[in-house]
Amino acid sequence: MTGTLAAIGAGLAVIGAGIGIGNIGSKAMEAIARQPEAVGDIRSNMILMAALIEGAALIAIILAFFG
Amino acid sequence: MDIRRLFTLVLLLLATIAFGQDHDHSDHDGHDHDAELQGDDHHKEGGFAGGHHDICTFHHEVTPENFSAQQIAFHHIADANVYSIGPLQLPLPAILWSKDGGLDFFLSSKFDFDRLGHGTGHNAHNRYIMDGGAIRRITDPSFPDGTVEIDGLKHKHETTEDGKDKEVTYVCYDGKEYRTDAESTLDGGMFGGGLTSFHDFSITKNVTAMIIVTLLMFLVFRHIAKKYKERDGKAPHGVQGFMEPIFLFIRDEVLVPFLGDKSDRYMPFIMSLFFFILALNLFGQVPFLGGANVTGSLSVTLVLAVLAFLVTNLSGKKDYWQHIFWMPGVPAWVKTILTPVEFLGVFIKPITLMLRLFANITAGHIVVIIFVSLIFIFGNVGTNIGGAIGGAIGSTVLTLFMMAIELLVAFIQAFVFAILTTSYIGAAVEEHHH
Repeated sequence: MTGTLAAIGAGLAVIGAGIGIGNIGSKAMEAIARQPEAVGDIRSNMILMAALIEGAALIAIILAFFG
Repeated sequence: MDIRRLFTLVLLLLATIAFGQDHDHSDHDGHDHDAELQGDDHHKEGGFAGGHHDICTFHHEVTPENFSAQQIAFHHIADANVYSIGPLQLPLPAILWSKDGGLDFFLSSKFDFDRLGHGTGHNAHNRYIMDGGAIRRITDPSFPDGTVEIDGLKHKHETTEDGKDKEVTYVCYDGKEYRTDAESTLDGGMFGGGLTSFHDFSITKNVTAMIIVTLLMFLVFRHIAKKYKERDGKAPHGVQGFMEPIFLFIRDEVLVPFLGDKSDRYMPFIMSLFFFILALNLFGQVPFLGGANVTGSLSVTLVLAVLAFLVTNLSGKKDYWQHIFWMPGVPAWVKTILTPVEFLGVFIKPITLMLRLFANITAGHIVVIIFVSLIFIFGNVGTNIGGAIGGAIGSTVLTLFMMAIELLVAFIQAFVFAILTTSYIGAAVEEHHH
């Protein structure tokens, strides 16, 4: 039972992170389409932001499985 | 037909058949299981009391009933006291310490494990045994010291005090069963695994991989540095030409935007972090070369995160600490909320660094192993060759796809670790003008 609950918790965390990273991706694509010359800056900032969101999701997942 | 494609297909078929034969010798038809087990000479007498876990054996029998892809995945991402190249197991030095036994230093070949096997030792040495590549210790002090031949191992499921199911290894010797500790965890059981009566400081599989990679990186970078002196002013050549764009990318995309004119000071640290993580990520991806999951081990990422934490906070200027403890330009009642949050952030930042690298690399390895396990799931663990071939084809496609993604992840995670550390350092050394 704990395993099932942990899996649900991890799934919820992934939904949140998925929405967040999806938003970053879509906005970054729009930004690149508008200003193709800024692609380098946008890409590294995109990865940085995605990593920050992922961090929050990872803490949730680790807590779900080990907490 | 393309000769390379043919070769791959033949290799795959051979692998399928080899795996099938390895696992189906006791369970050809999938039924009449117990009767056949008794005829198997792997098992010594002395414990046919019932189910599978009550048999003393050196050979972990895999049947369609007890096959667990999850267990296999966790076994393969774990550290081990043997180095495996393909199916070949090589001994490594073991350095063990216990309160009552003192320090022990010996080669793990003392356990007399099968060179082509799963790293399960036929001997006990000073009350230590090896089970599936991992060293465990017999808790009962009446067990004889020195090298003793044991009759086999037993795995039993027990329920711990907080209601969790735990597998405990028992050693059969002289008609008696001796309980063993869990694998040693240097954290003293903080991250699970339970307290153990001994500590394992051995040169394990991960440590060996780390030493190999560090040596390799040292040689490569020394070579490049020499080349820059020799070929001053000329275009890069060979390995130099391969590493230069990567190096410049990190300098121009990571260091300079966050650190500006201070970037030269932190360049050695960030570059070491990046190339160390990248090389270990890639080394762990090479199949049949040990597959050491170094950057997917919490202890390694913990040390990397602690280094990032120390460098960030030791180079923190006055403004950095002021922004944490007494944010300027904010009403006093907001400061009471903001200060604890900012203070926690100092520790949460390195913790997420640690977890991010660990979880990404471990998840990738687990997914690859689960995809490979599809062969055994479809093939019903060697009882259904047709299903195994189908599973092999499906799992090859999926595994190749996953490996390609993991190659990308290896670069991205090394990059993310470097860029986040740099941004934390950048925030710490920044000087504000209010």
